[in-house]
Amino acid sequence: MEEFIGKHNGKCELNKNCCGYCCTKIQGFSVKIGKTEILKDVSLHLHCGEMTALIGPNGAGKSTLLKAILGEIKHEGTIVFAGSSGDNVGRPVVGYVPQQLDFDTAAPVSVRNLFTACMSKKPAWHRTSQQLSQRILSCLGRVQSEGLIDKRLGALSGGELQRVLLALALEPMPQLLLLDEPVSGVDRKGLEVFYEIVSKIRKEYDLTIILVSHDLDLVQKHADRVVLLNKTVILNGPPEKVYSDKRLHETFGLSSFFNSEHREDGGKNNEPNI
Amino acid sequence: MNQIYSLLDVILPFEWLSFEFMKNAFLAILLITPIFAILGTIIVNNRMAFFSDALGHGAFTGIAIGTVIGIFQPIWSAIVFSIAFSVLITIIKNKTKTSTDTVIGVFSSAAIALGVVLVTFGGGGATKYTSFLIGDLLSIRAQEVGLLLILAIIVIVLWIFFYNKVLLVSINLSLAKSRGINTLAVELAFTSIIAVVVTVSIQWVGLLIINSLLVLPAAAARNVSTNAKQYNIIALLVSIVSGVVGLILSYYFDTASGATIVIVSSVIYFITLALKPLNS
Repeated sequence: MEEFIGKHNGKCELNKNCCGYCCTKIQGFSVKIGKTEILKDVSLHLHCGEMTALIGPNGAGKSTLLKAILGEIKHEGTIVFAGSSGDNVGRPVVGYVPQQLDFDTAAPVSVRNLFTACMSKKPAWHRTSQQLSQRILSCLGRVQSEGLIDKRLGALSGGELQRVLLALALEPMPQLLLLDEPVSGVDRKGLEVFYEIVSKIRKEYDLTIILVSHDLDLVQKHADRVVLLNKTVILNGPPEKVYSDKRLHETFGLSSFFNSEHREDGGKNNEPNI
Repeated sequence: MNQIYSLLDVILPFEWLSFEFMKNAFLAILLITPIFAILGTIIVNNRMAFFSDALGHGAFTGIAIGTVIGIFQPIWSAIVFSIAFSVLITIIKNKTKTSTDTVIGVFSSAAIALGVVLVTFGGGGATKYTSFLIGDLLSIRAQEVGLLLILAIIVIVLWIFFYNKVLLVSINLSLAKSRGINTLAVELAFTSIIAVVVTVSIQWVGLLIINSLLVLPAAAARNVSTNAKQYNIIALLVSIVSGVVGLILSYYFDTASGATIVIVSSVIYFITLALKPLNS
């Protein structure tokens, strides 16, 4: 670990692209909604240029942790964004892709309108200038989706919408990127493309990325660090270490394994008689 | 005003436009239909059709209160009451987890009941208020056309400067918040301006149909558009065309103008509905 940080700090000094927010320290995050404890004493230490995958069973508090970091939910604990020399540099720019964007799919709003509304002062119903069109296209280019610019939001597939929202979260370029992967609505191919894009962005822009994931294979392939969360941090380390740990199967295995096996069989599988 | 009248005589020398009350009504239509179209697109995008309907009820109660107090013109107390009413609904809607429909339903019923109780207090009948139910566009006076002009300018300025914020709020509240927009302030500003427009125009178009004038052009435009530009332009066209055509028809058939306009825009709505599968 020490070695990694040393190497990383070195990289920060050399790399001009470095955001300057070289680590994000989350200390003692707890969230209670009513009397239900959702998160308890979560502490994480993240570095820029690093992709951390957050995994855990349903209801483990993964999305809640992201919302707490965003400040959308009341929480205990502190979050510190520190520069490469270790000093506190204040609140960074945070980009966020929600798990689900609940919107009216019949609305006459195109991808271009959405970006114009976020990036320009001119009203979105006005014709977009050449310059603005170029800027929107280059934003969409980061997620390989230039062709979607004049599509209606409601007409996008799950994977396309996810990429468009990622492109939006990258404008302006954030220092901390929070991604909440949808549970459903994105096919396997779309998911793979998404991970490829996120990996590429991380390398190019040196951001800190926290990704809530449901796909352990893709996490193994792309993440630098895996955090197993179930109310609190159970495991934290590189994928190979976390994946070989018995506790992963204890937290995950029984409940989710059993359920997913069940679903694939379409419920035909006989329940064990009790 | 006389110069505008003579200008109209020169440009549009039609029989239906020869009377002064028709000229006033025509000018009012040209001002009020774009306002309705602009606000309507936002109302429909925010799924607030029921809300604007409730505002009509609130406006009626405001007029009733104004009449009972009788200190100043009922219209001013009605505007104050409607704004307070819309602010209250918006805040409660944001603070509680109760379904928006329920909150609006409760407020709307309570407001109209209060209004009816007030105007019938002491045994008086409500008949002199029935004009607010149907409205009379032809009763509009020159100075009121001036008031509409001011309202139209305010709405258009807001439409230009705040459209992006309102659009993001209508797509998704969390998304708008994450972009640093004060969503409650945007909602309050927007509902207040609807309240004012509804209250001012209710005496001419009537409580029963005012919501149709707001919602129909936007609903029709939505059927055939894929982006904000088409949506706004088509809504404006539908609103203005049905306003003018409705006014002319009401002159020749001797019918209530507001209701005739609503029939014309309904016909346009059904035509766009039939066109919809071709476009999507």
